[in-house]
Amino acid sequence: MTVEYTPGQTVGPFFGYALPYTRSHELVPPGHPGAIRLHGTVRDGDGAPVPDAVLEIWQADADGRLPDQPGSLNRDGYTFTGWGRACTDNTGRYTFTTVEPGATDPTRPPFIAVAVFARGLLDRLFTRIYPPPAVGTDGDAPAADPFLASLPPERRHTLFAGRDEHGLTFDVVLQGEGETVFLAHADERCGDGAPGPA
Amino acid sequence: MAPPTQAEISAEMDRIGTGVELTQPRLDYPPYRSSLRRHPSRALVAVDPEAVERSGPVFGARDVDPLDADLTIAHRGDPIGERIVIAGRVLDARGRPVAGQLVEIWQANAAGRYIHQRDQHPAPLDPNFTGTGRCLTGPDGSYRFVTIKPGPYPWRNHQNAWRPAHVHFSLFGTRFTERLITQMYFPGDPLSEFDPIWRSITDPAVAARLVARYDHDLTEPEWATGYRWDVTLGSGMEEQ
Repeated sequence: MTVEYTPGQTVGPFFGYALPYTRSHELVPPGHPGAIRLHGTVRDGDGAPVPDAVLEIWQADADGRLPDQPGSLNRDGYTFTGWGRACTDNTGRYTFTTVEPGATDPTRPPFIAVAVFARGLLDRLFTRIYPPPAVGTDGDAPAADPFLASLPPERRHTLFAGRDEHGLTFDVVLQGEGETVFLAHADERCGDGAPGPA
Repeated sequence: MAPPTQAEISAEMDRIGTGVELTQPRLDYPPYRSSLRRHPSRALVAVDPEAVERSGPVFGARDVDPLDADLTIAHRGDPIGERIVIAGRVLDARGRPVAGQLVEIWQANAAGRYIHQRDQHPAPLDPNFTGTGRCLTGPDGSYRFVTIKPGPYPWRNHQNAWRPAHVHFSLFGTRFTERLITQMYFPGDPLSEFDPIWRSITDPAVAARLVARYDHDLTEPEWATGYRWDVTLGSGMEEQ
């Protein structure tokens, strides 16, 4: 039976009064032990910042547990709900306050799942943010992951966050030079044609 | 350079034509000018979803006030316009209800004006209408909003460009990969055929899934007309 999936449409330009809400980007309060800043810029095919994008993230806690708690829209400052939403500012920058995720599967490197929306982007895009291996650990471990290993090195690096003094940095490049790897989950519907090689 | 005319944009859309394979909008759809530099040029990379992606955020009563589902009561007075009910069900790919999940909507007012600062359309703002709503789906996946029928509005994609009346919908499934943001349209809108955002879904039968149907059983006597719109969240992961 053919499933009649509901198609997506662009988030448009006017979500700014609807989607963000108080502390939508703070999965943990900034003063929380272990809090990190996850931040970066969303860019288009000209390298120009995208000031009207929305990023949503979903992740495990520091111990690799997937939350099942409500409260993302009305945060109590203590419950880790694992989900957040950040809009880009006039310079295309976004910021989350969160924790570094632990691995949900000891054999796979941990990552933060990301959905990207923007004016001009006709359907959401999915990607992953892999924290870089910690200093002193096996730096080759992520490349041994079957998914990451399947990507050409020049594309694989687009899924790795950088580190700065506050936490993690991750830019989203929608098109062109350094274009972020965007994902079609297996058997997943997708936009332009079937999932293809990287 | 003068912006393209509607006739030029319509000719572009006709050249691209219709397709019957795609169940999603084309991300690369040049008649929608803003998509030119904002679509990936590489194919999406197939990946098996991991535990993180096979799960998703949970929302509950502490997140959403039941009154948030009525967009006509956010202010002291009644908003101007045609009061409507929009209701339907959120289902997964197997047709199972998506229960207790978050639905968010936003829209223009009856005159086609968003309260957003960037909307410069010289149509009146309505002091009694903000145009945002939220609700949680019921055990059977049902949602219901009371609102005002939005007006169409002009935009600057090309000369004399008008968006058909629509309500933006944001929906969550039980898995992160089911996340959907889309737009719901009204039956018989004469502007649809001129609209590159609508026509970026090149299969007309698929685009038609975004059109609510008038439902007289939802219409409430002496109060509001009713529109029904059901949503099927995509995942394909039901095989696992």
